[in-house]
Amino acid sequence: MRVHAQRVGALTGGLLFPALSMADWTVNMTPGVTGTSNDIFNLHMTIFWICVAIGAVVFGIMFWSIFAHRKSQGAKPANFHENTLVEVLWTLIPLVILIIMAIPATATLIDMYDTTESDIDIKVTGYQWKWQYEYINEDFGYFSNLTTPSDQIRKRQTKGENYLLEVDNPMVIPVGKKVRFLLTANDVIHSWWVPDFGVKKDAIPGFINEAWTRVDKPGTYRGQCTELCGKDHGFMPVVVKAVPEEEYNTWVADQKAAAEKERELTQKDWTMDELMERGEKAYATACAACHQVNGNGVPPAFPALRGSAIATGDMAAHIDVVVNGVSGTAMQAFGGQLNEADLAAIITYERNAWGNNMGDMVTPKEIFDYKNQQ
Amino acid sequence: MYLIFSFAMFLLGGTMAMVIRAELFQPGLQIVQPEFFNQMTTMHGLIMVFGAVMPAFVGLANWMIPLMIGAPDMALPRMNNWSFWLLPCAFLILVSTLFMEGGAPNFGWTFYAPLSTTYGPPSTTFFIFAIHIMGVSSIMGAINVIATVLNMRAPGMTLMKMPMFVWTWLITAFLLIAVMPVLAGVVTMMLMDINFGTSFFNAAGGGDPVLFQHVFWFFGHPEVYIMILPAFGAISQIIPAFSRKRLFGYASMVYATGAIALLSFLVWAHHMFTVGVPVAGQLFFMYATLLIAVPTGVKVFNWVATMFRGALTFEAPMLFAIAFVILFSIGGFSGLMLAIAPADFQYHDTYFVVAHFHYVLVPGAIFGIFASAYFWLPKWTGHMYDETLAKTHFWLSFVGMNLAFFPMHFLGLAGMPRRIPDYALQFADFNMVSSIGAFMFGATQLLFLLIVVKCARGGEKAPAKPWEGAEGLEWEIPSPAPYHTFATPPDVK
Ligand code: HEC
Ligand code: HEM
Ligand SMILES: [Cu+2]
Ligand SMILES: [Cu+2]
Repeated sequence: MRVHAQRVGALTGGLLFPALSMADWTVNMTPGVTGTSNDIFNLHMTIFWICVAIGAVVFGIMFWSIFAHRKSQGAKPANFHENTLVEVLWTLIPLVILIIMAIPATATLIDMYDTTESDIDIKVTGYQWKWQYEYINEDFGYFSNLTTPSDQIRKRQTKGENYLLEVDNPMVIPVGKKVRFLLTANDVIHSWWVPDFGVKKDAIPGFINEAWTRVDKPGTYRGQCTELCGKDHGFMPVVVKAVPEEEYNTWVADQKAAAEKERELTQKDWTMDELMERGEKAYATACAACHQVNGNGVPPAFPALRGSAIATGDMAAHIDVVVNGVSGTAMQAFGGQLNEADLAAIITYERNAWGNNMGDMVTPKEIFDYKNQQ
Repeated sequence: MYLIFSFAMFLLGGTMAMVIRAELFQPGLQIVQPEFFNQMTTMHGLIMVFGAVMPAFVGLANWMIPLMIGAPDMALPRMNNWSFWLLPCAFLILVSTLFMEGGAPNFGWTFYAPLSTTYGPPSTTFFIFAIHIMGVSSIMGAINVIATVLNMRAPGMTLMKMPMFVWTWLITAFLLIAVMPVLAGVVTMMLMDINFGTSFFNAAGGGDPVLFQHVFWFFGHPEVYIMILPAFGAISQIIPAFSRKRLFGYASMVYATGAIALLSFLVWAHHMFTVGVPVAGQLFFMYATLLIAVPTGVKVFNWVATMFRGALTFEAPMLFAIAFVILFSIGGFSGLMLAIAPADFQYHDTYFVVAHFHYVLVPGAIFGIFASAYFWLPKWTGHMYDETLAKTHFWLSFVGMNLAFFPMHFLGLAGMPRRIPDYALQFADFNMVSSIGAFMFGATQLLFLLIVVKCARGGEKAPAKPWEGAEGLEWEIPSPAPYHTFATPPDVK
């Protein structure tokens, strides 16, 4: 019978699905590379098999009835419609199963919440639409932006291997160390997820959430933002590189040195051309998501900067918008996100690109002073 | 009226789902831009929940409850009229936001602040009004059901003799009255935040975005039971009818429904496991959620026991009812998995959740509605519907729906987040399968329209009781049911 064949097919399909793991037709969760993710995977498989078992019994009886008690087969209806014993039994048995299930789940959950005694603390801040990672014990930090070119997204170019899951600056952590994440957000709620770690936590403005991980295997692990955060919610991946400890230490030293260099950049004397060149690049990463590469924006949500009153008006007002943002809108305060050289370069660029021929410039030093006055 | 409106909304919401699935057919952005994609998911969710499922059940209640309890009509016909006409107004406002500057609401049907307040499009204020109007309409509908059921039962129809559909609706009505004001409250707070400078949900002003989620889900979780309990009731009418055997464990069905309704107020934070609720709270909500599986299980067992040793036939209502039990159980299983808080950290906000709630909503609410429609169409129109077409409708829907939603489990487990217009390459294959299933399911629904129109226009005359095993007062009057049936109340033994 067709009904039957269908359902049996569905059921065996269901039974087999953990076993069928083909390259692109992945059907199951991966166990991941941390203790937590393995615990979760085990819970997931246990509850899955419990469901399969209950399903097999219940659907089994149902199919049996469908098969054997058809009127067309001359079945005569029985007359029972109550039985206190079975009714009590099928209330109690599921209850017991659930309690058995709840015990390991409770243990795992308590373990996941134990964020004490971490070796490294990283502050993760969600922005529309990028992540900021600050190594709070080491005094440096940076932003992590999607690098997939828009041409690949708009189908003008073939897609790369890590399409939509690649960033310019991944988070770097050492293997074998307990890393604690302190999560918050600057604008709307985001959620930071790395499936292989079994870590997913919401980043909420005004709150600091905690999560932790200890990765055993070096590698590059990819995830995504999982809380709807506006237009580019699908375009803010999370990439974490887990490296051996020595490599991590050299990396930290490099980062610190680079942070030092940036400070020096502020003191350097800049020419208009240098600022324009730097500005074009920095604009493309920090501003183009909203105001577009060509400066036309996406009105009415994101205004055009080409010919805008501010970009072609008073310099102080322009600096104010970029450094302090416009509160209550998507225009963030970039003062704390970008270094002085980039801020100066971007502002200069905006005043002189796309036909905004203001001919003036602002230097990193001036930005530095401006920030200090506030 | 309600039913026609709700079917129109189902088609509109369905069309939006088709846009979503078309965009997700392949990786890359091809048909719509991310802004518009977000508007589509939001409107799809809102329209399906508030426009298609809820009015359909109110419609069934209006039509069937008086017939089932031996009353001439609903207790408050004028209120009924109001509560209906508010709906088209609400949805006119909601749909018109699509054409406003800045576009329609784009923050998901859960409209989490501050994305929906500080960062929301200008049309949000209209969205809030639409929600208010719908809320008023639902509350009026609920009051009417309660008044009718409590005051207008025929002599001899004690509460414990009422048909299950009436029982589940009575409980649903109380749920509605309890939670719609909460929804109204939360949207009013949003309105104040947006237009009057308050900071309920704005962290910069000392507000609390998490508060929003607590209030929303205090409404939201009972809301999902509002969408499913009436379907439970209808299925509890249909399965006995085609098994030719009384419903097994009537009393335990009533208690289970009550238990589900009460527990539904204690589980809201299972939607918020990743928000950072303290561990004790997390555990409480995990246990409470697991507990809700017990009465739900009881219902499923009772349905199977009703079929067991019956004399079964498989007309369209029964087919939909059986599919309901199986597929809703699958949705229940994935719900159980989601309730395991540590595992939910991996499932949350992925396609696994999308699969889960579509398994409870499409075969649950929607198949429940189809089953009811086929079951009672002869009573409404006085004609039999075309059984062959109806069976075709069933099979195409069944295959399409599984093809569309089963692969979503895999996508979620493999790590695809929900509410994204574009995805990494490893998700491509199952997305394509899912889209094909969705198109199939969507197209099939036009067939339903055809069947209903055909049945209303004519066809084989239906006797008072077209289904051999059906029981209840509604089958004792002629088909179609005359206006103001039971002017003199029937006696119920
Ligand atoms: C997340 C989206 C977003 C990003 C990224 C963004 N902006 Fe904006 N920007 C806005 C919005 C929205 C406004 C309008 C604010 C308002 O309503 O006044 C705006 C306004 C402006 C204005 C004022 C324009 C006018 O004429 O009113 C300037 C100048 C500006 N942004 C510069 C920048 C610079 C420089 C960057 C990069 C460092 C940047 N923006 C990045 C969203 C963004
Ligand atoms: C016609 C068949 C349907 C299809 C193909 C379909 C498809 C989808 C898809 C793909 C999504 C996920 C969008 C995303 O996360 O990016 C979605 C979301 C949703 N669907 Fe459906 N759906 C259908 C029917 C229904 C029905 C009948 C209901 C409800 C009663 C419903 C309620 C929802 C809700 C509440 C959401 C969540 C919206 C949000 O994320 O805010 N859907 N649907
Ligand atoms: Cu996001
Ligand atoms: Cu819920």
